[in-house]
Amino acid sequence: MADTTISLGTPEAVHEEAGFLGFTRAQALAFGVLVAFVVISPFFLYPVFLMKILCFALFACAFNLLIGYVGLLSFGHAAFFGMGGYITAHSLKVWGLTPELAILAGGLVGSVLGLGIGWLAIRRSGIYFAMITLAMAQMVYFFCLQAPFTGGEDGIQQVPRGSLFGMVSLDSDFTLYWVVAFVFLAGFLLFHRVVHSPFGQVMKAVRENEPRATSLGYRTDDYKLMAFVLSAALSGVAGGTKALVFGIATLTDVNWTMSGEVVLMTLVGGLGTVFGPVVGAAVIVTMQNYLAEFGAWVTVIQGVIFVACVLAFRRGVVGEIGNWLKVKL
Amino acid sequence: MIENLLFELEMAAPQVILGLVNGAFYALLSLGLAIIFGMLNVINFAHGAQFMMGAFVAWMLLAWAGIPYWGALVLAPLIVGAFGVVIERTMIARLYKLDHLYGLLLTFGLALIIEGVFRNAFGASGLPYAPPAAFNALNVDIAIMFLPGYRVWVVIASLLVCLATWLVIEKTKIGAYLRAATERPELVQAFGINVPRMMTLTYGAGVALAAFAGVLAAPIYSVNPAMGANFIITVFAVVVIGGMGSIMGSVVTGFGLGLIEGLARVVYPEASATVVFVIMAIVLLTRPAGLFGRG
Repeated sequence: MADTTISLGTPEAVHEEAGFLGFTRAQALAFGVLVAFVVISPFFLYPVFLMKILCFALFACAFNLLIGYVGLLSFGHAAFFGMGGYITAHSLKVWGLTPELAILAGGLVGSVLGLGIGWLAIRRSGIYFAMITLAMAQMVYFFCLQAPFTGGEDGIQQVPRGSLFGMVSLDSDFTLYWVVAFVFLAGFLLFHRVVHSPFGQVMKAVRENEPRATSLGYRTDDYKLMAFVLSAALSGVAGGTKALVFGIATLTDVNWTMSGEVVLMTLVGGLGTVFGPVVGAAVIVTMQNYLAEFGAWVTVIQGVIFVACVLAFRRGVVGEIGNWLKVKL
Repeated sequence: MIENLLFELEMAAPQVILGLVNGAFYALLSLGLAIIFGMLNVINFAHGAQFMMGAFVAWMLLAWAGIPYWGALVLAPLIVGAFGVVIERTMIARLYKLDHLYGLLLTFGLALIIEGVFRNAFGASGLPYAPPAAFNALNVDIAIMFLPGYRVWVVIASLLVCLATWLVIEKTKIGAYLRAATERPELVQAFGINVPRMMTLTYGAGVALAAFAGVLAAPIYSVNPAMGANFIITVFAVVVIGGMGSIMGSVVTGFGLGLIEGLARVVYPEASATVVFVIMAIVLLTRPAGLFGRG
């Protein structure tokens, strides 16, 4: 059934040693590099730019959980990302919650929304799954356009950052950076732990051969739904964190273009790789940053990257590196 | 009492007609999607962009070459269809052996490119395109409402083209080949029919249908780069509701949902944008394969 699922970049490594947190040796090394980069970079690069990358990296990891490990292509993840942003912004600004609770609220609402949309969408698979998630996300978009609390076209602006646990003020970008870095690393490790848990094994079994997994006695729909909810929750956390960083939540983050962007990030980095989404997010955010002055050409360039990746570069950056080094990253 | 009812009708009729016009576009677009999907197993995400191209080509033909509406109605689908053939040959054909999702991703990328290029060239605001004055003859001016003739024409044209497509696929030899190749491409190929070429032409035909819808839409909506993107997501929902198994299914679902959307605009305007998606959710709960789908 290899042609019915998105084929993954690297072949299964022969020796899959379960070391630290289920990382193989190569992955542990790569994780070390990632942590080092997260810790050192704010001393050299603009923290807001780095925080944007981390938010999108977490978002892309959440998306990758579905496409890479369950084989479901969601084209509606902007709904969870954007709604998480709205809820976090609203609870910071109107309810006066502390930032950590506001982000949790974003994740919670993301997961509830994921439960509803996932429950509908897992009834179909493949292309239909993509179309259903896209359509449901569009419905969420129209809801956000009309609902009073989102501020319609204006969005929720001038959201205060508040103080962490009511004690540490986050007004300094540098302080906030460490909070965002913590959220990202925690989310990343959770994602990795889930993928390498018995639950993750069943997810992969569903991806490879769903009828077989069913015949082994697994309720595959339950597993798909759980993966969907988890992915939506992490997306909500990512969106909430982004709203906290920029102090704004707008319709851009719920729009279908955002769903497309997260697909692009994951594709560029490598579908189904552990580190691919992070690299992909860094590449795309950096690109948007440098090309912002070219206006509408950014869309064209993103489209070209999409086409190029699909036609010639399906493993993505990390998948290619892994293939070249013969390790699973 | 009677007067009251008449008043209600007066309020409702234009919206319902507007819904029918939207339904005409849903039907044409979902028909094209279904034909392409049946043959190529690719969901053509660029369908909305190609619809928009149809409208722009019509505008360009008029503004730059002085070719009027009727010429555009024939030429624009041919031009955009030829563009589709090139796309299929150079890109989509490379993906048939891979997972179908790659086709979706590729055409999504194409949609971004096409829309971005048109936005750069023509800006985001719309360009006007006037319908020929001849359509005023079709104007409907009865007691309860005034209906511009052009909208009547759109509904008629859409129905005619859908019917013609159905006839070609169900009643002609080419259609028989097409249906056979949709079911068992290897077997049809073994009989000496050039299946890859059929796939190319099918994609071209589906794209031409989208462009035809685009030309029809040009005088109604302003010709702008975003006009396709606004439509295509709703059309995806229409396709999920109808299922892509049958041609008639696409047509009936398209018009039906347009009507329901129009009615929603009368009864509860806030829901008009989302009613199609709500129906999709209900259909998924009760008949996951779609109303006309086959499992």
